[in-house]
Amino acid sequence: MDICRRNDELEISELDPFLAELLRQIPASTNPEESVSAEQRLFSRPAAEGEKESCAEWKLYVEPELRKLFRTATETVAADLQQLNGNERTFANRTLRIPAGHADAWLSALNQARLVIAAKYNFTDSELCDHYRSPIGSRRDLSLFQVNFYGFLQEFILREIIGCGETRAD
Amino acid sequence: MRSQARRGRAGVAGSERVADSIPIATGPARATLADPTIETETKTEESLDLPWQVIVHNDPINLMTYVTMVFQRVFGYPREKAERHMLEVHQKGRSILWAGVRERAELYVQQLHGYLLLATLEKVE
Repeated sequence: MDICRRNDELEISELDPFLAELLRQIPASTNPEESVSAEQRLFSRPAAEGEKESCAEWKLYVEPELRKLFRTATETVAADLQQLNGNERTFANRTLRIPAGHADAWLSALNQARLVIAAKYNFTDSELCDHYRSPIGSRRDLSLFQVNFYGFLQEFILREIIGCGETRAD
Repeated sequence: MRSQARRGRAGVAGSERVADSIPIATGPARATLADPTIETETKTEESLDLPWQVIVHNDPINLMTYVTMVFQRVFGYPREKAERHMLEVHQKGRSILWAGVRERAELYVQQLHGYLLLATLEKVE
């Protein structure tokens, strides 16, 4: 896989079928489905549990707006991903071009997907820090790889399109 | 102007004009001034409200660069300040990003949730 910025686009080329499939999975991965923990993570409380009135109002007025915001971002990403659904040979490497104007939608959708996957699998801190875990031997391993791959894309979008550089934690 | 000084300052912007409009006894035989009008500052409902804090909590999934970008966008903080808060969240588990009136704090929390950060509103004790 090769990833670079070309003018007002982010170009991901030489995408092998496996990574192309992981990209196609982004919209579906943002759906918490039946997972209570994933739903709670996407729509977390705005105040302490004791603030019942604030939390109830939030659920009534703010949460629907947030759902709409997240859905719009995911729809933008899903539309961009249509590029991977051409009539080319199934196993050929593909190229995906993301317009710079869609960067925020991609950041949001990738973040939604990462949070939902992580909440569903309840990854430990050490698992999340293990970026070189291999081979992928289970569904859990694959989901962890997905979280890290989406994180890598987020980092690239932040650096190349939004203009945020590396931050050192030490 | 002298009489105005004797009346005391009203403590409001454009006080000269306000002072001119303060009623003065103008009966035919009396040139004395009426009792001074003492204006006391009253606080608005907003400023009487105790400050509220916008707190961001640690989350192992959100990227550090992403969190820094969000702080810059939402609060307009320069990068260094945004990074300081991001590191505080990362190392201490939480950081107070802003304190002030409730309405604005709620708006900030709403924006932060739009970026999927774990943010809460807390009243300053």
